[in-house]
Order: sequence, then structure tokens, then C-alpha cells
Amino acid sequence: MMRSFPKMMLVGVAVVISWQILVMLLALPVYILPGPIAVALALWNNLALIADNALVTLIEILAGLVFGVSLGVAVAIIMAWSSSVRALLQPLLIFSQAIPIFALAPILTLWFGYGFGSKIVMTLLIIFFPVASAFFDGLMRTRSDWLELAQIMRAPPFRVMFFLKVPAAMPSLASGLNIAAVYAPIGAVIGEWVGASRGLGYLMLLANGRAKIDLMFAALIVLIVMTMLLRAAVHVISNKVLSRYIQT
Amino acid sequence: MKAPAITLKGSASFGADQVFAPLEFNAPAGGWTCLLGSSGVGKSTLLRLLAGLDAGVIFDGTISCNDGAPLGARAALMLQSDMLLPWLSVLQNVTLGARLRGEKADQVRATQLLNDVGLAGFAQRMPNTLSGGQRQRVALARTLMEDRPVMLLDEPFSALDAKNRAAMQELSARLFNGRTIVLVTHDPYEAARLGTSVVVMTKAGLQVLKPPTTPVIRAYDSPDVIKFATKLLTLLHNESDAA
Repeated sequence: MMRSFPKMMLVGVAVVISWQILVMLLALPVYILPGPIAVALALWNNLALIADNALVTLIEILAGLVFGVSLGVAVAIIMAWSSSVRALLQPLLIFSQAIPIFALAPILTLWFGYGFGSKIVMTLLIIFFPVASAFFDGLMRTRSDWLELAQIMRAPPFRVMFFLKVPAAMPSLASGLNIAAVYAPIGAVIGEWVGASRGLGYLMLLANGRAKIDLMFAALIVLIVMTMLLRAAVHVISNKVLSRYIQT
Repeated sequence: MKAPAITLKGSASFGADQVFAPLEFNAPAGGWTCLLGSSGVGKSTLLRLLAGLDAGVIFDGTISCNDGAPLGARAALMLQSDMLLPWLSVLQNVTLGARLRGEKADQVRATQLLNDVGLAGFAQRMPNTLSGGQRQRVALARTLMEDRPVMLLDEPFSALDAKNRAAMQELSARLFNGRTIVLVTHDPYEAARLGTSVVVMTKAGLQVLKPPTTPVIRAYDSPDVIKFATKLLTLLHNESDAA
């Protein structure tokens, strides 16, 4: 991640330059595709406005992550614990994945209002499944010789779960978290599109309606940067915590 | 901790296939019973049955101890894989049993056992910083920490190099002293050095051999060890030819 940073910067610069060239060559009007300079100006001129709305979106994303990950971890442990709960929940989980979460957004807004609630629930719903399924998978794959050792040592099931299966499944949880970090902003923004009075998604819709496409792009770029930073943070933290859980 | 003698009587099958025909296996109290035989003859199955683990077979028979009490919770197990948990330190791995049972671990005893296996000063190290031989020593300390009168060993030394293997055999002979041990091994020399009773398992059943009567652990270069190992090797060689 850290070593690939210069490469990413280079790619970023190349994209910005081609973008500017494209806009100049095609002589695109600013209300269709503003150039990077126009977007940078819009970002600078609306810094306070964008920062205010970015903070709202960030809170929605982080709250959604905390609740979604907690719920995913809890459901995975319960499913790994009891085979009868597993038999009950597994089809339900698969069914839940067949529901297009996007289509639920208006209903969530109806139920949880225009504020933080509906966005957090939306984010939670989107990241719950990847976390639950990755962690559950890890919990069901504890090395059989470790489990047998625990059996010989007369370990009660509760302690086998929390002192053996859960730590052994940490790498699986990490891959679930890495996916969740990428999905979480999508949930928050969709929630804002359907109905909100604050947030980057709201700001994008507002700017679009007023033909302020440069502002819309500025908000979009802030959202992209936020997502990438979030992903990098989760990656670094999970690597640091997990280095000792990974079998060598 | 009184070490019992163990007897397994019966047969094991897997579907329509017989894993082993009706047999009687005896492990005398306080001795090293070495179990040899070609791969797939059912040695590990027999050991897993003794350990009370799922052996993937249907066992028709009985496992009993000469003191009348069940073998159950009195056996500890050591395998070729050291089974160290990578997220726990060496000391935490040695005290894993207490941790998994929710008991308070005897740190003093664990540290003493680490000294005994030659790993003084390694308590806080993580498993991935150890060599294969050192890891297996940690596994030995963990097994001893459980302090069970019966030790079931399934090729615990076979992944080690010759020098480490000899060292581990000597260490185990000293530290397991007085316990009833069943050792599954492929190595005739190991059986010749450690065995107080040697059993060769074939498709035809069990054959009990008389190892040298000198006390264990025997020197690997003593004539009776070499002679007995050669005899075992010949027997195993002929057996695998016949199979």
C-alpha cells in the first residue's frame, strides 16, 4: 500500500492532465464537463460548504461501519455457534442479498427519516453481508487439529469459540472489513440521494440541479478521496492487528 | 498420577471396508509402546480411537484401563504438527490448556517446563520466530503442562532433522518418565531406542516384538539397538513386499 503510493500519485496526475486536455480539445462547456482547474477553483471557493457536508457523510459512513461490522460479527458468531440457527439464517441471508438495497432507500427514508438514521441503516445493510459472510467462513474453517487439541484439553465450547475460533478467523474478518470500507460510502451517498438536507450526496444533487457541475465534481472528488483514505486506514489497521494472527 | 495399562480390543471399519480386523492392543503401564507398520494400515486410527477423537471409522470394541477407570480425560496428544497458535507467545502456548478451560495458569511451572525443554528465555517469543525443532519443544512443554498420565504420540519427531530428532527423543524419554506412552512411528531406530514394547501392525493383525531389555533411552550406536532396528526394518520391508 505504502510502496504503491508514488505509482498512484503518478496515475492521478496523468488522469488530471488527460482530463484537462480532453476538455480543451473538445471545447466542452463547463455545465457538461468542467476541467480540473475549474473543479479545483470550485473546491477552493466552497471549501467551508464542502467540508461541512463531508463531515456529515463521514459520520454516516463511520457510524454505519461500526453498526454494520458489529452486527455482521455477531451474526457470524451466532451462526457458527449453533447449527440450528445456521439452518434458519443461511437461506434468509441469501434471500436478503437478492433484495436490491438501492431500491430499499426510499422505504428506509420513510421509516428512519431524513436525518442520520436512514443513511446509517443503509450503510449498515450494505456492509453487513460481506462482513458476516467472510467472518462466518473463517469461523467454520478453524484447523481441525487445533480443534482436536482443544477437545483433548477439555475446553468448553464457549471458550473454544472465543479463544480459538474467533482469533483464528481474524484474517477472514480483515478481508470482510476491507470490502466494507469500500462499500460503506456507497450506502451513505445513496441514502443522501433519496432524501437528505446535508451530506456530500445531497450537495452533489443540489449542485447538479443548479447546473453547478464544477461544484458537483468537487464534492465527488472529496468523496473519492475520503473513500480511499478510509480504505487505506482499514488496510493499515487490519494489517497491524493481524500480522500476529496470520499463520507462518 | 498413576499411569494405567491400556487395552484396546475390537475392529474398525469404514463403510464396507475393514480398517483393521479384530485385534487386541496392549500398552503396559509406565512404558513406551511403539506402534509401527506401513502407511494406511490403521496405526493413526488406533491412536485416535485411544484419544477419543473422531477417527472417521466405526469402532466395534472396547478401550479399557487396568485400574478400571476410563481412559477419557487422562490422555494428552502430540502430533507431527506442533499445533502452536500463531497469535500466542511461547509461554501462552504452553499454558493453552488452562486458557481454554478458563483456569488460572501456573506460570512458574510453565517457565520451569520451558527450561526443561531447553527454551529458557524464549517465553515471550512468538512461534513464527522459532525453528521447527524449537516449535516442537514448545509443543512438548505444552503436552507436559497438561500433566496427564497417558501420552499419545503420533510421529511427533518425524518432521525434524536427525540431530533435533535424537535430541527430542532423549528429552521425551526423560520428561515422560513414568507415564504410559503409545508412540506411532515409522522409524525402526526410534522404536529400538525408546520401545519397552514394540508392536508391528499389519493387515494380518498385530505382532508384538521383544525390544532390547536395556533401560530407555538406549544409545543409538549400541549393538542391540542396531540389531533390533535391523530386525524391525527387515520385517517391515517384507511386509510391504507382501502387501
